[in-house]
Amino acid sequence: MSLNAYLILSTVIFMIGMVGVIRRKNLLMLFFSTEIMLNAVNIGLAAVSKFHGDLTGQMFAFFIVAIAASEVAIGLGLLILWYKKTGSINLDTLQSMKG
Amino acid sequence: MFSITVFTNNSLYALSSLAAGMIFISAFFFLLDADFLGAVQIVVYTGAVMALYAFGMMFFDSLSTVKEKIQNPKLVFLLTGVIALIIVMIFVAPIVGANIEAQYPVHPSWGNSQDVGIVLFTKYLIPFEVAAVMLLVAMIGGIILAGKKMDISYSELSEEEIDALEKEAESKDEK
Repeated sequence: MSLNAYLILSTVIFMIGMVGVIRRKNLLMLFFSTEIMLNAVNIGLAAVSKFHGDLTGQMFAFFIVAIAASEVAIGLGLLILWYKKTGSINLDTLQSMKG
Repeated sequence: MFSITVFTNNSLYALSSLAAGMIFISAFFFLLDADFLGAVQIVVYTGAVMALYAFGMMFFDSLSTVKEKIQNPKLVFLLTGVIALIIVMIFVAPIVGANIEAQYPVHPSWGNSQDVGIVLFTKYLIPFEVAAVMLLVAMIGGIILAGKKMDISYSELSEEEIDALEKEAESKDEK
């Protein structure tokens, strides 16, 4: 497979994640979709890293993995707090400051 | 596999298909000669993140489906997707064409793990340490956020004490 094939695959997975972020109203699904998008970017970085013979892409992928892990920890903490407060993980209930 | 994650209504199905998808992605990393990244992907995502989600889902009523009403027509979603695709293409196209010089070239004789280790602990040492501090902050933040009001252990109390506590909480709620 060529670099373009990998980049197209990465774009397709990113699109799936983006559709999830736009379409779903369940906050847990939003977190899942974010993970998918981060992983799509990781595939792209690893592909560029291989086809240009440069390790920088893989380094960035490692840092993205670290950021994704901390994002999950904080996000789930906030989500649990929100669920205890309202008893719902629907995105529409977040609009409490609607003017 | 990821489309199941995105389109299913059952969060348990979404969780398992996401875990499977992460393993598939790690297969792509192995294909791309990024062995260490593939191993990290399996350990971190299917090991740590999925376990965290699974434990987090115990707090939620995970089997109840969230009622999702979409007010906007499908056309809007389609247009958004197409626009995003075009933007990605615009940013990717010049990169594919340009000749990039390898700053940290791959040494085939060393093996991927050794290569990654050398670059990570020389050129990227400061980002590495910053990432470590960030993970520590995230861990403490997660514990504090999720662990609020968990200072009473119900398993160590007797039945009467639990009843008294619940009555107290009820009277607080009524106020």
